[in-house]
Amino acid sequence: MATRAGAPSELGTPGGAVLDPHEVARVRVPARSARGELRAIKVVWKRELIRFSHDRLRILTTLMQPFLFLFVLGTGLSRIASAGTHGVSLRTFVYPGVLCMAVMFTAMFSAASLVWDREFGFLREMMVAPVRRSSLVLGKCLGGATVAGFQGLIVLVLAGLVGIPYAGGLLLEICLLMVMLAFTITAFGVMVAARVTQIQSFMARMQMAIMPMFFLSGALFPVIGLPLWLSILNRLDPLTYAVDPMRHAIFSHLHVSAAARHALVPGVTWFGWHVPGALEAAVVGLLGAVMLGVAIFQFSKTD
Amino acid sequence: MVVSGLAKKYGEVEAVRGVDFVVETGETFGFLGPNGAGKSTTISMLCTLVRPTGGSAQVAGHDIVAERDEVRRNIGLVFQDTTLDGYLSAEQNLRLHAELYGVPRELVARRMQQVMEMVGLWERRDSLVNHFSGGMKRRLEIARGLLHSPRVLFLDEPTVGLDPQTRSSIWGYIRQLKAQEQITIFLTTHYMDEAEYCDRIAIMDQGRIIVLDTPEALKAQVGKDRVQIEADDPAVVIAALKERFELEAVIAEGKVTFGVTDGERFLPRLFAELGQPIRGVSVARPSLDDVFLSYTGTTIRDAEAQNNDHMRNLARLMNR
Repeated sequence: MATRAGAPSELGTPGGAVLDPHEVARVRVPARSARGELRAIKVVWKRELIRFSHDRLRILTTLMQPFLFLFVLGTGLSRIASAGTHGVSLRTFVYPGVLCMAVMFTAMFSAASLVWDREFGFLREMMVAPVRRSSLVLGKCLGGATVAGFQGLIVLVLAGLVGIPYAGGLLLEICLLMVMLAFTITAFGVMVAARVTQIQSFMARMQMAIMPMFFLSGALFPVIGLPLWLSILNRLDPLTYAVDPMRHAIFSHLHVSAAARHALVPGVTWFGWHVPGALEAAVVGLLGAVMLGVAIFQFSKTD
Repeated sequence: MVVSGLAKKYGEVEAVRGVDFVVETGETFGFLGPNGAGKSTTISMLCTLVRPTGGSAQVAGHDIVAERDEVRRNIGLVFQDTTLDGYLSAEQNLRLHAELYGVPRELVARRMQQVMEMVGLWERRDSLVNHFSGGMKRRLEIARGLLHSPRVLFLDEPTVGLDPQTRSSIWGYIRQLKAQEQITIFLTTHYMDEAEYCDRIAIMDQGRIIVLDTPEALKAQVGKDRVQIEADDPAVVIAALKERFELEAVIAEGKVTFGVTDGERFLPRLFAELGQPIRGVSVARPSLDDVFLSYTGTTIRDAEAQNNDHMRNLARLMNR
């Protein structure tokens, strides 16, 4: 606001322009090229970051949920749950789930901005640009993944408060899983946003998807000894494959009894076969890639 | 720009029923007509946003269907509704555009300053667009549309919803632009007075071009002054005009309206010979509104009211 011009010049004086016609910089828009597409991806990605950094309120509100889950629910329930946790704090146990939730909500809001963009017309500015739609969608998903990953990093700072050590390898592993999950959820959101024109209906659909995903994933309970219906739903839930390897990584850096490990981190099984962590991560990544493909397809079809 | 037989159907509704015209390089070409005449649909087809259902068109020498990207590279767009990102600053909006259009890096800063100075927003480059007034946003959009030096600039109702002062300053930029850059400007408007800034005008109504010529030629064709009479009983006055003066009058904007040569000298005769009570009279020199009136038998304002009625009826039918 400091640079606000005075009232008369605010309207601009066409006659008093300082441009010399001979100095007009002529621009030739180059033909489509890989470099051009990279620039487009980068600028769409950067826009996500700029908007995220402006939106301090969103950063705070998205942090509130993890806080409530970790410190209110985690503390409150720990007294009745202590019998089953073999001495491990409930907060430590739910931490990976809560981290994933923070990432998921941020990614969802990132994708939601696409619906806003359509409502406010900005989407049109991007859609008429001489670049591939795939570049725009990819930039958007990478942007969403980055800001959601960043939000995850903020929650990751809290790890020490719930007794998780700040070990380099562990943090790296968690970050990788986090970014992958963030990308997948953004791609999912973008896929949904391709067809939805109203923000209310988008939010409703996303809530319908994300809340069940969160509760079914084993974010709040160990995935062993569940009733059949719940274990089927649990195995179908993509979030399961992000929470489980993350919890594994965390518990491998904790000094806990074998009994506790067995009860709290049983690992995900398919028909009795123990699914390795790398495969679990691959499931998340693959799903993200598929949804990215669908999103690109949908956006390429629209005018 | 060469357009032939361009048409667009939405289901059963023919929004554009085959239009033909040629726009020369460097020309300012205006599309004039009431809301719902098919102007925006035509412009959307020309800038590759909407796929035509018939005919063909070339913009900057490229086919709008087969060479969509080529067309996009060579056009600048300013839409009716804002397409800025309000959460970014003016400069960030332009930078984003420059990146999307692949403006050479070494030129971006210079070109950005040029276009922003042109519309008087350089001082405000760091402000968020959300803090801008409607007029400032429109100016920023014009600057953005010019950033990549398009050969054709499309302006869809560039001054709609703006106050008169801002409107005239926007026309100032457009004139300045014509002087500085060899650019073809294609615009739509439903303000009659604005159409006069164009080199040539196509008047559109109900999806067709009714007439296409220079503003001067169009006005000369009408030639007559417009007289409007307020009367208690318009039908009687119309009948009297026909009987006494052999004038064909219609009711437009609620008044008995007709054209007559040398209107000011006609008035004394009117008062002396009409023999009907009159509440008020106005005489106006021919304007493009009269051109529209003479070709369509209705003024733009009335045509819009009809279109709105039509829309309302449609909406009623669909809600049933």
